Amino acid sequence: MVNPMEKIRIEHLSIRYSDGTESLRDICLSIPANQITVLFGPAGGGKSTLLRALNRLNDLADVQEVSGQILFNGVNILDPGVNVVNLRRKIGMVFSRPVVLPLSIYQNVSYGLELMGERRKSKLDEAVERALRRAALWDEVYDRLKDPASAISGGQQQRLCLARVLALEPEVILLDEPTSALDPVSTARIEGLMQEIKEQYTIVWVPHNVQQAARMADYAAFFLQGELVEHGPGETLFVKPRDQRTQDYVTGRFG
Amino acid sequence: MENTSQRSEWVINLLIKVSGYSSILFVTLILIFLLREGLPALGVTPLSNLFGDRWYPIESYFGILPLLFGSLVVTLGALLIAIPFGIGTSVFISEIAPPWVNSVVKPLIEILAGLPSVVLGFLGIQVAAPLFREAFNLPTGLSAFTGAVLLALIATPTIVSITEDALNTVPPAYRQAALALGATKWQTIWGVTVPAARSGILTAIMLGIGRSIGETMAVMMVTGNAPVLPHGLNALVMPVRTMTATIASEMGEVANGSPHYQVLFFIGIVLFVISLGINIAASWVSLRSKTRAERVLS
Amino acid sequence: MERSLTSARIQQRIGFSLLGLVTFATVLPVLLIIGFIIVKGAPAISWEFLTAMPRNGMRDGGILPAIIGTFYLTLGTAIFSVPLGIAAAIYISEYAPDNFLTRLIRIAIINLAGIPSVVYGLFGLGLFVLFLRLGTSILAASLTLSIMTLPVIISTAEEALRSVPQAFRTVSISLGATRWQTIWRIVLPQAMPGIITGIILGLERAAGETAPILFTGAAFFLPRLPQSPFDATMALPYHIFVISTSVPGMPIQIQYGTVLVLLVFVLGMNLIATLIRQRARARRQW
Ligand SMILES: Nc1ncnc2c1ncn2[C@@H]1O[C@H](COP(=O)(O)OP(=O)(O)O)[C@@H](O)[C@H]1O
Ligand SMILES: [Mg+2]
Repeated sequence: MVNPMEKIRIEHLSIRYSDGTESLRDICLSIPANQITVLFGPAGGGKSTLLRALNRLNDLADVQEVSGQILFNGVNILDPGVNVVNLRRKIGMVFSRPVVLPLSIYQNVSYGLELMGERRKSKLDEAVERALRRAALWDEVYDRLKDPASAISGGQQQRLCLARVLALEPEVILLDEPTSALDPVSTARIEGLMQEIKEQYTIVWVPHNVQQAARMADYAAFFLQGELVEHGPGETLFVKPRDQRTQDYVTGRFG
Repeated sequence: MENTSQRSEWVINLLIKVSGYSSILFVTLILIFLLREGLPALGVTPLSNLFGDRWYPIESYFGILPLLFGSLVVTLGALLIAIPFGIGTSVFISEIAPPWVNSVVKPLIEILAGLPSVVLGFLGIQVAAPLFREAFNLPTGLSAFTGAVLLALIATPTIVSITEDALNTVPPAYRQAALALGATKWQTIWGVTVPAARSGILTAIMLGIGRSIGETMAVMMVTGNAPVLPHGLNALVMPVRTMTATIASEMGEVANGSPHYQVLFFIGIVLFVISLGINIAASWVSLRSKTRAERVLS
Repeated sequence: MERSLTSARIQQRIGFSLLGLVTFATVLPVLLIIGFIIVKGAPAISWEFLTAMPRNGMRDGGILPAIIGTFYLTLGTAIFSVPLGIAAAIYISEYAPDNFLTRLIRIAIINLAGIPSVVYGLFGLGLFVLFLRLGTSILAASLTLSIMTLPVIISTAEEALRSVPQAFRTVSISLGATRWQTIWRIVLPQAMPGIITGIILGLERAAGETAPILFTGAAFFLPRLPQSPFDATMALPYHIFVISTSVPGMPIQIQYGTVLVLLVFVLGMNLIATLIRQRARARRQW
């Protein structure tokens, strides 16, 4: 039985790096559609590793062994035959440091579309404007789209990174501590933005602290040293954790 | 569309991979062709002749010892000059000199590295040789000594750039620790920094040797073209002939496939093996000391 | 304590001055060489000298065929070594796994860089001139010079590629780019100034080389300019060798003039490379 609300199902996923680190152990988790799922826990818990597994960015890392399954729309994306390029277009990623490509603001947003072979200027213009508006950046940059993207502020750059992903019309957006390098105002902006658009996407968010986790989570999963300790709807998990370790972390006793 | 772009990408990736391996192909080809043309020398010319002390091709004397000796003398002479000057300069520019000095010195060293050896050879003939002949009252200025001086100029940039790199990779903490213990900057340089960079400096010297042994035009033009085994200590001020100069000056006049031709290729094999040995040893020394820089995924 | 401190200071002062002198003695010859060649060579330079054929057994007239020849050889070297060198650098920096074969490639490059130039000449003679029957020609000489230049281009290009932040690659891949698209659109443009610098430095060396072309393409004297890649050619470095060692009664001024022309050619390339590097450093966004 496939849950109609389920976008991604992770089954018995284990990942080990070449240096022997077993960063994920037997993870089973279902990620609901059109909500924000928060993966949280102390550093080194395997959250980034899991995010990178979801759009096969781990292919670039020194991963030695992967076992288990990740079902996305019913297909196991860990299958070697999967078209990773298409997968990455459907599952976009925003990184913790706002890394803009060394191109103009416009080209940063149109980059993914041009990779797909889109050359028509009108289509690109339209898509760039739409993505920038959705990322609440249009009003700030519409008159300097040709400037180097490195010229705008850090908060703006991170929204540009989001726009860049949105331009591809993805189904899932992965965000790995997207606000850890930003000031509180920019942070609030990004948080608000994601709340606004979450209904049209599936969002997996790794927050950079427990407060943000509690604020953002529709659904939440707590990771500790490669283990998924517990998961559940945000309102219950943060209020009444079942596991003592979750309790300790949420109440700030460690981490 | 997706399909054709996939196919062209496949072709591009293949081309890149083939290009990546091309260096191995070229080294192999060089070895094969040297062996092909030069090994027959061993069959035609008796070993006692080949490793004899007389090089007089017209009468079929193909003893390469005088040539080996010539290469060794000029290389040794060059190193005696280039090592102290090269290392001294590197230490000065990486540890002592203010930035404005470096902005003058470094480009000059780079220019020196870029000077064609035929230009140095030309000045050797025109300027250095007459100068040395007068100054030291010699029968001729075209000698191993003049060759060694030019070679020193050619080897110095190699030694400087690699030594400087080695000094720059010594962690600043080493120096700070020594300075904190009350050592002067001078004591720190020779007690801490230079010893910490020693494997890099060794690499620099080895590559300097390689550069000197392989240099052709400059030494050919100024060493006086005398393929004889000298006796006694005055070898340095006598005319000599190196292996490289012999190939360069005689290859144009030999018949393809003749014993003389084969022996010249045989000398090429000797040079190839020497440079191979030096470079493998140098990279082994520098690899052993280098820590692998990690490329991390953000 | 006070005493030994001051004696250490004195020692330091003497040492520093000594090394300063050593450095000065190392770079002084460079200045002297350049200055001397300019002073002695400049009077020879004239429009005729640069654009006329040699006359009277090269003792008169110009050096046009040597200039053109060096230009052709440099161009020919670039045609072969630039694409191959960049592609090889891309392979090593972006594709190569960390395994035995890759280490073998590195060793091969290091050794190519160390092989004496006259041995390249022998190799070119054996492979290109005789075995492939290209004859003593611009083509054979260019191919020989290309292989000699390759390690310079590969190692500088590799360094330039590696200096491009890894994060750009990760981001590009995450947006659905293939490895090649990432290289073509992001990595190469960012590495380009460094790559061009390396190319120029490699070609600068090729332009000044004599030994590799001695038996593969250089001609003592030719009454007309080369007509095709299969013709032999005169070249500046070999011409300098010829007129300074094998032509009796050669006017000294022509000799210095020819050296000056080669020097301008080579140092001009060096200058361009330096300018490109500085400009790129000033503009870099990361
Ligand atoms: N590229 C890598 N190579 C080797 N080990 C890694 C790599 N990336 C992460 N790890 C290890 O995997 C574990 C999980 O890391 P990560 O997924 O980054 O955790 P988190 O994002 O929760 O902090 C850590 O022990 C980390 O050291
Ligand atoms: Mg992380």
